[in-house]
Amino acid sequence: MEKVKKKIGSFSFWNWVIASIIFRLILIYFPKNLNLSSRPEVSTPLTSFRRLAEGYWLKQSSMSPYAGSMYHGSPLLLSLLGPLTIKRIEGQPNHLLYSLVSVIADVVSAMLIRATGKNLRLASLRSLESLDLVKQIKVSEFLFSGDIAALIYLCNPFTIVACVGLSTSPIENMAVILCLYGACSRLIPLAAFGWVIATHLSLYPAILIIPVIFLLGCGPDSPPRKLFLQRHQQKEVLNQSKLPPHFSWGPIIHFAFWAFLWSVYVLVLCGISLKQFGGLWEMFKSTYGFILTVEDLSPNIGVLWYFFAEVFEFFRNFFLIVFHVNILFMILPLAIRLRHRPCYLAFVYVTICSMLKSYPSVGDSALYLGLLGWFVNELADMQFSLFLFCGYVGVSLLSPVMHNLWIWRGTGNANFYFATAMVYACLQIVLVVEGVSAMLNHDRKLRNLIISRPQDAKS
Amino acid sequence: MVLLQRPHILLLLIGTHQFLQCWIAFGSFNEEGQKQEEFSEELLLKPLPDHKLLAHFHFQSSAPPSTSNGCHHHLFPKVISQLVQKFRVKEMELSFTQGRWNYERWGGFDPISSSNAKPPGVELWAVFDVPQHHIDASWKNLTHTLSGLFCASINFLESTATYSTPEWSFPPASGNVRYGTLPCEAVCTENLTPWLKLLPCRDKAGIALLLDRPSLYRGFYHSQRLHLTSTESSSEGIDSGIILEQTLTVVLQPNSERAVEVHASEKHIQPSWSLSSIFGKQVSGRCVLAKSSSVYLLLDRGLVAELKFPNKENGKSAANGLTSENVWSNPSFELSANPDRIFLEESSSHSKSLSILYMFQVEKCSESEPFDIGLMWKVPVAWLCQQTPLHASRFLMGSGNERGAIAISLKSTQFIEGFMSANSKDGSCELRVDVFQVVPWYVKVYFHSLRVFVDQQPRAVSDIIEKIHVSPSKDKMSPGVMEVVLKLPCRVNTAALTIEFDKGFLHIDEYPPDANQGFDIPSAIISFPNFHASMVFLEDDSLSKSPLLSKFQEKCPVMSYTEVLLVPLTTPDFSMPYNVITITCTVFALYFGSLLNVLQRRAAEEERFLKAKAAKKTGRLPLLLSMLSAKLRGRRREPLHSPPSSSSFINSKLVLKVILVAGLAVGWQYFFS
Repeated sequence: MEKVKKKIGSFSFWNWVIASIIFRLILIYFPKNLNLSSRPEVSTPLTSFRRLAEGYWLKQSSMSPYAGSMYHGSPLLLSLLGPLTIKRIEGQPNHLLYSLVSVIADVVSAMLIRATGKNLRLASLRSLESLDLVKQIKVSEFLFSGDIAALIYLCNPFTIVACVGLSTSPIENMAVILCLYGACSRLIPLAAFGWVIATHLSLYPAILIIPVIFLLGCGPDSPPRKLFLQRHQQKEVLNQSKLPPHFSWGPIIHFAFWAFLWSVYVLVLCGISLKQFGGLWEMFKSTYGFILTVEDLSPNIGVLWYFFAEVFEFFRNFFLIVFHVNILFMILPLAIRLRHRPCYLAFVYVTICSMLKSYPSVGDSALYLGLLGWFVNELADMQFSLFLFCGYVGVSLLSPVMHNLWIWRGTGNANFYFATAMVYACLQIVLVVEGVSAMLNHDRKLRNLIISRPQDAKS
Repeated sequence: MVLLQRPHILLLLIGTHQFLQCWIAFGSFNEEGQKQEEFSEELLLKPLPDHKLLAHFHFQSSAPPSTSNGCHHHLFPKVISQLVQKFRVKEMELSFTQGRWNYERWGGFDPISSSNAKPPGVELWAVFDVPQHHIDASWKNLTHTLSGLFCASINFLESTATYSTPEWSFPPASGNVRYGTLPCEAVCTENLTPWLKLLPCRDKAGIALLLDRPSLYRGFYHSQRLHLTSTESSSEGIDSGIILEQTLTVVLQPNSERAVEVHASEKHIQPSWSLSSIFGKQVSGRCVLAKSSSVYLLLDRGLVAELKFPNKENGKSAANGLTSENVWSNPSFELSANPDRIFLEESSSHSKSLSILYMFQVEKCSESEPFDIGLMWKVPVAWLCQQTPLHASRFLMGSGNERGAIAISLKSTQFIEGFMSANSKDGSCELRVDVFQVVPWYVKVYFHSLRVFVDQQPRAVSDIIEKIHVSPSKDKMSPGVMEVVLKLPCRVNTAALTIEFDKGFLHIDEYPPDANQGFDIPSAIISFPNFHASMVFLEDDSLSKSPLLSKFQEKCPVMSYTEVLLVPLTTPDFSMPYNVITITCTVFALYFGSLLNVLQRRAAEEERFLKAKAAKKTGRLPLLLSMLSAKLRGRRREPLHSPPSSSSFINSKLVLKVILVAGLAVGWQYFFS
């Protein structure tokens, strides 16, 4: 994987961006042949374009968009994107405008990823400088991780499929990236806006509040304070000005204020648009309630659909709690261990969510794979990277085949498709575990360098 | 002894006398009120164009309002009146059907087909006279009661996912109506027997004697129906009590061996039949409790037009010319018995020819001289039954188990052309078609994908659809209902509605035992509100109006049911629940365990470092704790001053922990007990 990234990095950035946009546009002009919008990998009940269109239709015929069990998205998305589902331009593909919105969302996300990556790189260089490690770690060999991350995000087949398949996940991803970008570049209102919108659209990004707090509190990449102190203890010189800043509560209160403001704003907007259709309670029930209770059992690339289709009704609530608590349980240990790298923490959270969420799609995978690009330098010696790359390729080729065999030809069995979903979950687990392990090893290496250098100097 | 006995006899005499007086008084009261429980039995026979015979049994019982004679009944089935009173049913119809009515051959534009052609399986609708919020409870109770009454699984209609609330397209047009169908319900004698029990004579006497099970169930179509109208509970209108109408419609193939032998060369000749040959039984006497019991033979318009009646050329004045003589002795067929009366249809603008109805009274027959009629065809006749303006059929499109589309196609029959001139007054002739479609929740219909095609050209939905009412399906809660009013141009040849759907995935327990057979989508109802199927027969005296004929005179809109669709749904592996649970949980455990392991793992030198420190200090645990407390306080860790103080610190912490755990346990116990 790393080698691929390096290869990409050596080419001109803008050429690749333009190439990926052109590729998307080409795909948009063959929508009939591709029929991506009804693939289970692309459109989950939450992100499906057809359900959005149905919700809009219901709303237009003065019914609640949540009247049937069709639409489970946000009412704001309905007001913004709904009109695009029926607008047609003569002689053009049916949903051209909607696809263009997705393409723009993708490009904006990529640009934001690039800017955040630059920020991160600067921050990590600064912290290395403050630890006087610039010479030991050859900084000149550092890749421009922002460019790489943006290109991974743009050229990832998963992103392209999600964009061309008319799902709403490009928008959701953009909200998440907006939140991280705002937090990294200390644009607190923007960060709060991104966080509120991302939570509103898909609930799971709510846990990103922890990395955002760390980002605002101590900056994008501060070396562990303990490490710094250790270093200066050995040098016996305490340069107060070089100390990394303390955790500051000011920006966090600021963030909380803005988050409150934005959420009130969003809720008021939703309330207005749903005034005659049962109000906000109806919305919470059929968006968050639908996410948390896993009502729809249609196959997707996750594992929960088959689990809840097979599990005994009696245990259903128990397992619902177990699987959702699994996400929450890992928040605290990860936050303790990775608090000095908030962006990496955010990446791990996003990965865990996209693995354990009730209706995962490839759009979620596209997001975390894009964010992974930020840490090319730190994760350079991650284990199993080739295995993971091959695994991803294998699963993304096998899963449609198994789906076809099961659903369309009737020769396969649900178990075959479930097996690929299982393998996919395992791959994501390996990615998370190895990624966290590699990052911890990287930190360990830094500390070793700090501890061992004075001894080297002495000897 | 004699003296002792006399008073007894006297008492007995007095008692009998009083009883007789009471009885007479009761009878006279009934006569005065002119509201008696009545029962009538009728059978209508009608030759069908495709060498088949339609037999339509019609039994009608009526009870006066319960206010006039309490809850005692002579003829009327008590179960039904109790049911009406208990659930306050205003109108109800229950039908059990096996086979499909062939609208193309058996016609769709006469009162029999538009009210007796029913979708396969069980269909139940009911109108209640209770407040809106009680309707669902009443419906639930009604389904259970009927389920017990008719030995059928009508109780499956209890759950909200199976029945629907038609808003306006369903004929009784009221907000209090509930409609449910069970398309895959098998109908057999076990349903017929309780239905017959509602008749006063059961199948022991009268026309019901003909209901020979093997010959009935050998038929091509068989539909038993129970229609209930009660004006008892309604405040407005005439209080006519409860009218229970039981009909049984069968389409049989007359056993025409003799005809084949004789006219082997001529295949077109209609098979000759008689009651005894088709049912294997004869009517040996009328049901004595019945007010009227008669058998009718109906020759419909198409057939009459084909038959060469001697003075047919007289046209409209034929009614006067058609005496009993020249009608029943016809060159093309021969009746085995003289009809008691002959009715002619009143001339209508709809068609040129008129249908003829022969009536036979069953009263005259006896055990020794059983009633039997037969029809012997002499010449081959071919005719067409009157058809609905548009022939409706419905089919599925698409393949695979992920998605599909339902298409309802309407094809014009030639019949419509006769109407065009009649209906187009100001040149713009429009044909109104109502479509009522219920889809179960696991067929997830995308209503925005509704497309309309007229003469195979896609048309804008708003041009054709005048009114649409949709109630989308909720998962496991309610079925999807679509009611559409189409305005089609009269000259339309074909029209089609298509709507896309996704197939749902059910929980393993929600699949029926034969999951791979597929799931049924109930029939759509296509009705033509501008057309009314009614037959008005000229009658000499309106007093002796038979219920069947008055039923024919009612203007009921022409209605037809489409086919039931069978949708195969994907099935999960039914044998896998344990495997899936264990494997999935293993993967989750793998994730949790390995991530936690990575997070708390320390490299070798860190371990050594810690151990060295631990050797220096009191122990590892206090060290960690002091580190933790230092962290919590946000200060640098200061070296521990004295071991005793630290141990007391540990103790207090330990005690705190123990108390916390105990408190949690107590709370848990308290909460869950």
